Amino acid sequence: MRDAFVERLMELAAADPRIMLLTGDLGFGVLVDPTPDGTKPRYAERFPRQYLNVGVAEQNMTGIATGLAMEGRIVFTYSIANFPTLRCLEQVRNDAAYHGANVKVVAIGGGFSYGALGISHHATEDLSIMRSLPDVTVVSPGDVWETQEATSALVETPGTCYLRLDKSVAPPTHADGERFELGRARLIRDGHDLTLIATGGILGEALVAAEDLTMRGIECRVLSMHTIKPFDAEAVVSAARETGGIITIEEHTIHGGLGSAVAEACLDAAALPGAFSRIGLRAGFSSVVGSQQYLRSVYRMDAPAIVRQAETLLGRAT
Amino acid sequence: MGREQISTQELARRIRRHAVEMTSRGGSSHVGAVLSLADIVAVLYGRVLRVRPDEPRWPGRDRFILSKGHAGAGVYAALAETGFFPVEKLRTHYQDGSDLSGHVSHKGIPGVELSTGSLGHGLSVGCGMAYAAKLDGKPHRVFVLLSDGECDEGSNWEAILFAGHHKLDNLVAIVDYNKIQSLDRVSRTLALEPFAEKWQAFGWAVREIDGHDHAALEAALTEIPVEADKPTCVIAHTVKGKGVSFMENTVLWHYRTAKGDELEAALRELEGQP
Repeated sequence: MRDAFVERLMELAAADPRIMLLTGDLGFGVLVDPTPDGTKPRYAERFPRQYLNVGVAEQNMTGIATGLAMEGRIVFTYSIANFPTLRCLEQVRNDAAYHGANVKVVAIGGGFSYGALGISHHATEDLSIMRSLPDVTVVSPGDVWETQEATSALVETPGTCYLRLDKSVAPPTHADGERFELGRARLIRDGHDLTLIATGGILGEALVAAEDLTMRGIECRVLSMHTIKPFDAEAVVSAARETGGIITIEEHTIHGGLGSAVAEACLDAAALPGAFSRIGLRAGFSSVVGSQQYLRSVYRMDAPAIVRQAETLLGRAT
Repeated sequence: MGREQISTQELARRIRRHAVEMTSRGGSSHVGAVLSLADIVAVLYGRVLRVRPDEPRWPGRDRFILSKGHAGAGVYAALAETGFFPVEKLRTHYQDGSDLSGHVSHKGIPGVELSTGSLGHGLSVGCGMAYAAKLDGKPHRVFVLLSDGECDEGSNWEAILFAGHHKLDNLVAIVDYNKIQSLDRVSRTLALEPFAEKWQAFGWAVREIDGHDHAALEAALTEIPVEADKPTCVIAHTVKGKGVSFMENTVLWHYRTAKGDELEAALRELEGQP
């Protein structure tokens, strides 16, 4: 996802000199050429006038981004895990968002991408926190295509945005000629027994689960909810009315993120799903570390866990 | 707008009167902080800033950020008195339904670049504006006014590092150094001294002046940069509550609001000035 983002951003930056990327001293080999002889120029070398490493100073980075944006630039701030969001949350809120500044906050390492690094690097509350900020668009793509289309869309979207990228990536899900639209959930496959709604790379687990469930006689609708705000309540309400129930899947706390947004959308529209379950992090902090896949398994967010939950929900557990 | 030309002394006096009246009417705090910076703001708007009241978003304008947003009443008063919006609007300050919030806000207020209120935000945004001007080869300058207590915020020192490193000589930080923060004296809370040396060590050119001396303020703020390739820090030594004898140099008037006899006494003192 990270590389897909940088590739697309380089295309966009080549075409639009207003685009700038600020990093809080992260992006070795991604933004910056890792070779000693300069043979693999990346964003930093290719766009020196549109690049700035502000040092390990996220509050300053976000304030600077706001100032640059006020002077007509479209500024991406780049860091990992919680550093570009929680560390400088007030700068995102007061400086960028309140002023409608064209600041696009990009976090690499959503969820348990950096699972082995410990809780400082577990980005598991960012979606709920960022979605509560007024005038902030929140995007959490699931595959490479969504990542790249979202990156382009953010450049076209005025104001402050948050792009959450994680290490995992779902297999390609887009159809030829498909148009990406922020705030519009994507129907990846259809079914009437149950709807799986996922956000982020964990969409891949939902797709594996849906395939498995088919063999067990359960046909799932799968929605990729790549935009958390503005939220596609319409797609959720349709799922509640047209399918047997809803399971939400996010690599994120169950408090305030995708699952909460889906529940709100259903209740607001008085469209109660036949069954409902939120798959996400219930444990709070994870002092246990491990790979993204390992932690998904530990916290019952992987495909087998989704299958079990679906069968339980439909009363077909064996 | 055909407005009258007034001296910076008269502008400062009016800012002080407005500040006392506005904070009294709304029952808001921070009158001491506004009286402290009234001369700085008066000299900025009267003599230094290249701005157009009838074209507040003029691209060539100097940018001014009040980072110590709690002294917003002083900037609102200066903007009104220099023609950015009608002086009568000041009467709505801190009132129900008003957009003149206690901490300075840009929404609906011509001439305010940045809403602040949480300390330690303005200098970073100013760095971004100054960096953009450098990239674009534009001659306008960026002025950021900070409080002394605000320099406790670590984010300021991130920005101070950045501006020095990038040689932002189109950036000016002015510190309203009245030596009193909200609960106690700066020296007893979190000492800033040696203050000038800190800025210098971070790559800034520093001028220390009497922040109530208009000639000194104008001289320090006009010749920018003071040193080539260095951002400028003007440490303005001030007196908190300046201009109202019983408010001067006391912690009390950071939060206290003048009512009744105190209000009358304050306005009487300010009537006699300059």
